[in-house]
Amino acid sequence: MPEMQATYNYTVIRQFSVMAVVWGIVGMLVGVVIAAQLVWPELNFSPYFTFGRLRPLHTNAVIFAFGGSALFATSYYVVQRTCHARLFAGPLAAFTFWGWQLVIVLAAITLPMGMTQGKEYAELEWPIDILIAIVWIAYAVVFFGTIAKRTVSHIYVANWFYGAFIIAVALLHIFNSAAVPVTLFKSYSAYAGVQDAMVQWWYGHNAVGFFLTAGFLGMMYYFVPKQAGRPVYSYRLSVVHFWALIFTYMWAGPHHLHYTALPEWTQSIGMVFSLILLAPSWGGMINGVMTLSGAWHKLRDDPILKFLITSLSFYGMSTFEGPMMAIKTVNALSHYTDWTVGHVHSGALGWVAMVSIGSLYYMLPRLFGKPEMYSVKLITVHFWVATIGVVLYIASMWIAGVMQGLMWRAVNPDGTLTYSFVEAVKGSYPFWAIRFLGGVLFLSGMLIMAYNMVRTIRGGQRVDAPVLLPAAQHA
Amino acid sequence: MDINDLRALMTVVSFVTFLGIIWWAFGVKANKARFDEAAQLPFSDEAADRAELGLSGLADAARAKEGKAP
Repeated sequence: MPEMQATYNYTVIRQFSVMAVVWGIVGMLVGVVIAAQLVWPELNFSPYFTFGRLRPLHTNAVIFAFGGSALFATSYYVVQRTCHARLFAGPLAAFTFWGWQLVIVLAAITLPMGMTQGKEYAELEWPIDILIAIVWIAYAVVFFGTIAKRTVSHIYVANWFYGAFIIAVALLHIFNSAAVPVTLFKSYSAYAGVQDAMVQWWYGHNAVGFFLTAGFLGMMYYFVPKQAGRPVYSYRLSVVHFWALIFTYMWAGPHHLHYTALPEWTQSIGMVFSLILLAPSWGGMINGVMTLSGAWHKLRDDPILKFLITSLSFYGMSTFEGPMMAIKTVNALSHYTDWTVGHVHSGALGWVAMVSIGSLYYMLPRLFGKPEMYSVKLITVHFWVATIGVVLYIASMWIAGVMQGLMWRAVNPDGTLTYSFVEAVKGSYPFWAIRFLGGVLFLSGMLIMAYNMVRTIRGGQRVDAPVLLPAAQHA
Repeated sequence: MDINDLRALMTVVSFVTFLGIIWWAFGVKANKARFDEAAQLPFSDEAADRAELGLSGLADAARAKEGKAP
């Protein structure tokens, strides 16, 4: 009796999946625009489309609109499929979709208008912050409600990562956004001076650790085994991986404030915990990659696996680079240079975007009742265009960053600076042009994906997969 | 007791808890079977996999309902 059988709630997943691709294009387009502005400063059209206003729009769009939508979509998919239960509180799940889209639209309006709290990755003004908090709590209710009504005994490890991501982001957002409103459009932080800076980077680095890592590791623990057709390399390692991340990430934030007014011992703690983080990061990465052990041949002709495994390589790279950059003496060279920008993008494009893209390619045909994407060949094209784009981006930023750091610190024998600041800017131009090219390539990949997605959806049957009946559970 | 003693204690308690988790995951042999079972969770709903790829009777039924040929 198919009519009688309960199905999974795929509607909200379809919405978030499609919007992830749409916001990915929008956010990366803004990124390409601001990259172009650095090469051709005439492109700063005052005052709404200047670099200073568009840069937070870019970061918010790619992290919260693209990354956020991908996280909502995959977490709703994974939690239902591994709990064998339909999503808890369907209307509330719909609210998380429309609420989140409203947040994104409000960000796109207020940031170019110059309304900002001035905190990196937390720029949005207080009324939007309140809306985010409400949507996020609704998200937690839907997610944990689904886990509570599961018909299997275990909570699969991917759900642990998604759950930690949801709880930590709620905590971070609410504490860091605490502010005193002056008008509807203006507020001041509830904290002052160095405390404000520390709260901001406690938030900022855990936004990396929980928004941009834990949730995406949830993707890894479900979609890599699924696409590879074999269970995760070591489930026991995944348990230790999870708790190691949870115990260490919270303390790494001070490395963003090396050589500032922050007490030196706090800086050192940040550095030590950042170094410790290398262990769980690599443990998780190896666990994901080794899932393919004995099935490496699948990597040859499966572009979705290519995306997933390459994303893990970039994860390994950037989680090695990160702890190194957190060492104070290295940081003295790298901080405030384009090296940081390169590091962030090796994580954001190479890891976060690629694992999301792989997961979306896995889900999209399934959400629209197709055996596979419209064109598997185009996925391969997307993969290579995106990979070359990332490599161009991070290589150019490494060179530019190290060069800037060396030029800024160079002094003559009499103690005066060897180079003026503008000389470092001049030297950076060619690398900024290469970075622009890398960004254009990565964006082109997303456009290929959008075309492939539209062709896949066209004429598809929207079939909600049936919830596995409890009786069949141990069949 | 100074508040800083409590802070130090908290770090020690967290570390010991973490060592306990490692022991629980790798040391307790009885847990191996549970973990193996949990690792199979993504593969335990073949019917849903088939349905969403448009390969099952359920998909055909949905098509028929919309008046389209399967």
